[in-house]
Amino acid sequence: MENKVLMKGNEAIAEAAIRAGCRHYFGYPITPQTELAAYMAKRMPKIGGTFLQAESEIAAINMVYGVAATGRRVMTSSSSPGVSLKQEGISYIAGSDLPCLIVNVERGGPGLGGIQPSQSDYFQATKGGGHGDYHLIVLAPSSVQEMADMTSLAFDLAEKYRMPAMLLADGTVGQMMEPVVLPEEKNVEFTEKDWAVTGTKCARPHHIVNSLYLVPEELEQKNFERFERYAKIEETEARYESFMMDDAEYCIVAFGIAARVSKNAVLAARAEGIRVGLIRPITLWPFPKKALKDASEKVKGFLSVELSMGQMIEDVRLSIGCSKPVELVNRAGGMIMSPEEVVAGIRKLKEGEAK
Amino acid sequence: MKRVTLFVGHYGSGKSNIAVNYALFLKRKGHGAALADIDVVNPYFRSADSKAELEKEGIRVIALPFANTNVDLPALPSEVYGLVERRDVCAVLDVGGDDRGALALGRFVPYILEENDYEMLFVANFYRPLTRTAEEALEVMREIEDAAGMRCTGIVNNSNLGAETTAREVEATANAAEELANLSGLPVVFTSFDAKLSPAPEVHDPFPLTLQKKII
Repeated sequence: MENKVLMKGNEAIAEAAIRAGCRHYFGYPITPQTELAAYMAKRMPKIGGTFLQAESEIAAINMVYGVAATGRRVMTSSSSPGVSLKQEGISYIAGSDLPCLIVNVERGGPGLGGIQPSQSDYFQATKGGGHGDYHLIVLAPSSVQEMADMTSLAFDLAEKYRMPAMLLADGTVGQMMEPVVLPEEKNVEFTEKDWAVTGTKCARPHHIVNSLYLVPEELEQKNFERFERYAKIEETEARYESFMMDDAEYCIVAFGIAARVSKNAVLAARAEGIRVGLIRPITLWPFPKKALKDASEKVKGFLSVELSMGQMIEDVRLSIGCSKPVELVNRAGGMIMSPEEVVAGIRKLKEGEAK
Repeated sequence: MKRVTLFVGHYGSGKSNIAVNYALFLKRKGHGAALADIDVVNPYFRSADSKAELEKEGIRVIALPFANTNVDLPALPSEVYGLVERRDVCAVLDVGGDDRGALALGRFVPYILEENDYEMLFVANFYRPLTRTAEEALEVMREIEDAAGMRCTGIVNNSNLGAETTAREVEATANAAEELANLSGLPVVFTSFDAKLSPAPEVHDPFPLTLQKKII
């Protein structure tokens, strides 16, 4: 039989995390990400790992904080309302410069909202979410294969830069089934880290994991250092996919499931003779600003396609210095736009620009 | 053919897809047919999605009152009782995935066993990561039987790789299905695949599926 398997996006994240050496999972069930926790509950006991259903999301993220302090690969997952509950812990983990993976399989909000897919946690994921000056590395998969591949990448980046990484998916990518080639099992052997709390055995000075600073000068210095690191990440780690942009006069910007709908819209619009392309941000932080800036020198206008009331559109406008018109095609509350709605948005952009 | 057909299996193995196609198959053979979607596990893709198509064919569809809404409430409608108690139509039951999904069967089991005119078919997709081998599939089957309080009576081989399925992928799983049959002592009742597959897989027990779920 083939080495491909048929998986749900949520399961692909779980299996890929295990293969990336993650042996510690803490979570609390919530639709539409529960398959991830269910998969972990089945697999972790068989491989000597930890699966723990905590008493709440807040407890789960603080368990992640604890394991992250020991330098082991650790993760949690939830959906929108649950990720809101985790924000305090995420801020503490970022303030302690620890790596971990947080998965958000988004659903419609605000409040308890609904269980259908959404992308309305973009601001929360990319602009902080919790208190204080910090960022997460945010990856946006748009297929089941990418759910697997980006899980592995997220762990690597989090560890490399000692900061939390987030996989920002939506209910559709979490629930849909597609064939996947799973990544190879990584060597999970633990390497000693010069910051991890693993017991000194009286042989070395203490490593201290902490986000509290009693002297404001020290706290300011920590913030400065952290943002130097962030600047380096913004320079080197921005990722995106460019689709039919070579001769494009108009540029759609969309990520995740909205990008899949948009690809169909690009093909449909081109069949009508409108030259459209797509830039799909793969990292939402760092945002692929340069790719959009470069595109703005060639295209006549942009269309931000989002499952929200328009959040990423602000980053699109900032990236291009508001040099070209940027319009929005959006649905909210768990609804998904059709390719036809996107094509209509492109036509409108074209007409508006002709005036 | 039995009056009640229950489809159980690992979640994501294709139970809903098989159930809607099987109801259509019964109807086209001239039987009165009704389908009950009693999947209390998965709120996203479900057999209720095909309600309009089935009702057009004259097949009654009983779905959870809140299927495909934002209410993630696992309440079963009372009409399901009617389906197991009233014996004038063929009933197809689409049961939720894994042992957790099969738990919902519990209250109907006494009626089904008493009538004793049923088949409980275990749907297997050997391309699913937790049922890659006959041994793994058997483990899931036993968990489901324990939760349901009923034994499976046959196997449906629904192995597929989604949109990337060709005849070769289906044919390659015949051995695993045979092995599951040997381990469990149950027959492979049919091998299902998308009716649009061309060429069709060469299997001795084909069941082409004409209704397919929408994929973005």
